[in-house]
Amino acid sequence: MTGYIVRRLLTAIPTILVISLVIFAILELSPSDPVGNLPLTIPPEVREQIREQLGANDPFLIKYTKWLRQFLWNEPINIFEQVSGISLPGSEDRLRYISWQTRSPVVDIVIERMPQTLWVVGTAYLWSIIIAIPIGVISAYKQYSIFDNVFTFFALIGFSIPTFFTGLLFIIIFSVELKWFPSVYQTTHEVTDWNSFLFQLKQMFMPVTVLTLFFTAQLSRFTRSAMLDNLGQDYIRTARSKGVSERSVIVNHAFRNSLIPVITLIALGIPGIFQGAIITEQIFRVNGLGQYLIVAIQGGDLPVVQTLTFIFAVLIVLFNIVADVLYGLLDPRVVYK
Amino acid sequence: MKRSLLKVMSLVLVLVMATGALGTAVAQDDGDTLNILYWQAVSTLNPYLSGGTKDIEAASLILEPLARYDETGTLVPWLAEEIPTLENGGVSEDLTTITWTLQEGLVWSDGSPLTSEDVVFTWEYCTNDETGCNALSYFTDVTNVEAVDDLTVTVTFGLAKPFPYGPFVGAEAPIIQAAQFADCVGINAPNCTDANFGPIGTGPYVVDEFRANDVVTYTANPNYRVENQPFFSNVVFKGGGDAESAARAVLETGEADYAWNLQVLPSILTQMEEAGEGMVVSSFGTSVERIMVNQTNPDPALGDDRSLYTEDGANEHPFLTDPNVWMALSMAIDRSIIAEQLYGAAGQATCNVLPAPAIYASTNNDDCLVQDIAGANALLDDAGIVDTDGDGIREKDGVPLVILYQTSTNAVRQSTQTLVKQWWSEIGVETELRNIDSAVFFGGDPASPDTYGKFFADVEMYTNNFSGTDPESYMANWTCSEVSGPDNNWLGNNIPRYCDPAYDALVAQMAETAVLEDRAALAIDMNDMLIQAGVMIPLVHRGDVSAHSLDLEGVRMNSWDSELWNIAEWSRAQ
Repeated sequence: MTGYIVRRLLTAIPTILVISLVIFAILELSPSDPVGNLPLTIPPEVREQIREQLGANDPFLIKYTKWLRQFLWNEPINIFEQVSGISLPGSEDRLRYISWQTRSPVVDIVIERMPQTLWVVGTAYLWSIIIAIPIGVISAYKQYSIFDNVFTFFALIGFSIPTFFTGLLFIIIFSVELKWFPSVYQTTHEVTDWNSFLFQLKQMFMPVTVLTLFFTAQLSRFTRSAMLDNLGQDYIRTARSKGVSERSVIVNHAFRNSLIPVITLIALGIPGIFQGAIITEQIFRVNGLGQYLIVAIQGGDLPVVQTLTFIFAVLIVLFNIVADVLYGLLDPRVVYK
Repeated sequence: MKRSLLKVMSLVLVLVMATGALGTAVAQDDGDTLNILYWQAVSTLNPYLSGGTKDIEAASLILEPLARYDETGTLVPWLAEEIPTLENGGVSEDLTTITWTLQEGLVWSDGSPLTSEDVVFTWEYCTNDETGCNALSYFTDVTNVEAVDDLTVTVTFGLAKPFPYGPFVGAEAPIIQAAQFADCVGINAPNCTDANFGPIGTGPYVVDEFRANDVVTYTANPNYRVENQPFFSNVVFKGGGDAESAARAVLETGEADYAWNLQVLPSILTQMEEAGEGMVVSSFGTSVERIMVNQTNPDPALGDDRSLYTEDGANEHPFLTDPNVWMALSMAIDRSIIAEQLYGAAGQATCNVLPAPAIYASTNNDDCLVQDIAGANALLDDAGIVDTDGDGIREKDGVPLVILYQTSTNAVRQSTQTLVKQWWSEIGVETELRNIDSAVFFGGDPASPDTYGKFFADVEMYTNNFSGTDPESYMANWTCSEVSGPDNNWLGNNIPRYCDPAYDALVAQMAETAVLEDRAALAIDMNDMLIQAGVMIPLVHRGDVSAHSLDLEGVRMNSWDSELWNIAEWSRAQ
């Protein structure tokens, strides 16, 4: 198993490098311009100078190698320095990867934004796991019952209504009419006591609920079909005919086996948490990583777009490996050599 | 199993309800904090490295210029003692120097004195070739900035400047602290993140926390020069989201006190205003949404000669340079419908490219305010531009009047396009519509065929304006030497490729005229020449629309400077 993991990690390195090159090349070919959104009152010569200053006019290969060096070598050293407090020689001259919009290091802003996204999207993801799995199991066990029909109906709604609609609906109901929850998320809010914790819950309520509805719909349907697959298997019939209690049949046999694909799916969805929920973050002004990506795309801020998409790509590759490993651990039939 | 699940779910439901009910009490802020909402988030607080208005206005709470414009467009001294003029001797007789005197006793928020050296440094900072300063055009023709003594600074121009109030005037060219930015000049500019995210200023507020593209929190500047101001002790400047939800947060939920740039359908805005939490305010600067008329032929069959201006006129547009055609196109448009339905408080129909300040506004073209489709049809019929092959489209010398009409992607612009297309179809002109992402359309990539500078279309629509109140350099955009073409990488300011020596002569004359009334007369002449030559079809004089809560007092909407220019005077009604 260890050998397998090491081998997978090693093969991931060239994959990630190729991905980075592709991301870089595609973005480089895009016609967006970092000074395109500046006011028209700024004359073309000045724009050209700004572009020059940003390094937007450098040849592709120079930009790419600069980025590789800054991102894969300089930034990890910086993080190491910050965490350990040790200052390595040359830290003054070490160039950092600079965003075109803010002219500040991209990685700092990514780190600054991580908590918002993890809080909101991560909480929603956890809730949806807690809610969706029982719903899926019961729906499968009592197929076509009222319970099943009701939750199938809700799952369909969650699936088919986009978050920008549910988000707006929630704002109208809970912010405009009832005035229960704020529609503007305060990223600077700090939880220090009971009241501020309540406020944090309040401001998280709407974005989390919207996302939970969406995630739950997908996950509960998946759990239901995995469970249905297993309930029809011969070993369930065998268990029942042996006289095993119904509870044990469901919980110990069918449920455990249906969890295998479900857990894989959950692991594969974790990179999505980091990506943030682009639209939901925008609606509630959660201003996490998803919103950052959108702002960067709109502003033609290629360094940010490149860095974020690359981080997402790395996470996806990593969690694919995690999912595969989990599969091996959970399912004794799967053996990695 | 089933029962326990029900228990858990009802528990969750109760918890949620409880937090909701409890929270209503906590939600109200203490009234001492001013909540500002800009749906475009602030990227930096250094206005010289900014990405646009949002950054400049957020920085205007901290950094201040020597003089600025009030809401009527009048120049008022800010850090300076008075406005230098020819009469008070501040401007030299030959119009090449202007001498500013700083107010006495000015201090930065860190307590150190502001001197004329800071002013000189600001000029050095922005004009360094490698800084990438976006206010560079404010310092055009400046050859030297010299500190005469601690409070006096002289700006010298390389030529006579009839209007010398460019450098250090307005929100885009404020004074920065030499001590803080000394190591940030040139290629070091982006490395000074701390300075760029937290400039030390003289304004009413100082930065407390800055989160790029998210939120800025400010506290009152303890060293602010006006006693008892600012009235709010804290400001939260939140960004993100979209214009509509920003309007909702002020007008319907009352979560924010001020929201900026509300490009929202007028009907929606009016409906939100009825909720009684806030009010919509607007002001008008110099922005005009106009249709630029290509004077050259954009036919793709021409290859490299597409939209290329030639002095011999060989590449003239096949029909758009015919006065009958563009006049008919202009007459067919109902500008008031566009202004009322699509812009509301943010727009007024206009026939001029230079609609403001009032002394520069021409009244000679106002006939266009009334739509006249019958007249347009008659005009074309009389000129012999008729439909000869029965397809419903008129032809001029065998060329059908088919127009490619492009603009940037934006809901209001696409609605305008649809309306105009309809009106033009009523006079036998077929229109093909196209919209391009704004970062591409307004981008300067010479390799892209879709930029507004390349103008590979018959007509295109966008808004332009100028900062400040003096139109001299703006009107100089349409001289022959500014014609956009391959020799200037398609970055020339003269997008319609209009070239008339008589116009160039007026531009040259304005550069030598110092008397305001004479300058105004020249500007009106130039405006009329452009309109009466069919170079552009102005549609809407666009204003700025913001909203503030009903209990916020002191807002004086300003299109000539930062909207937040007088934020020190804002207060909450008791």
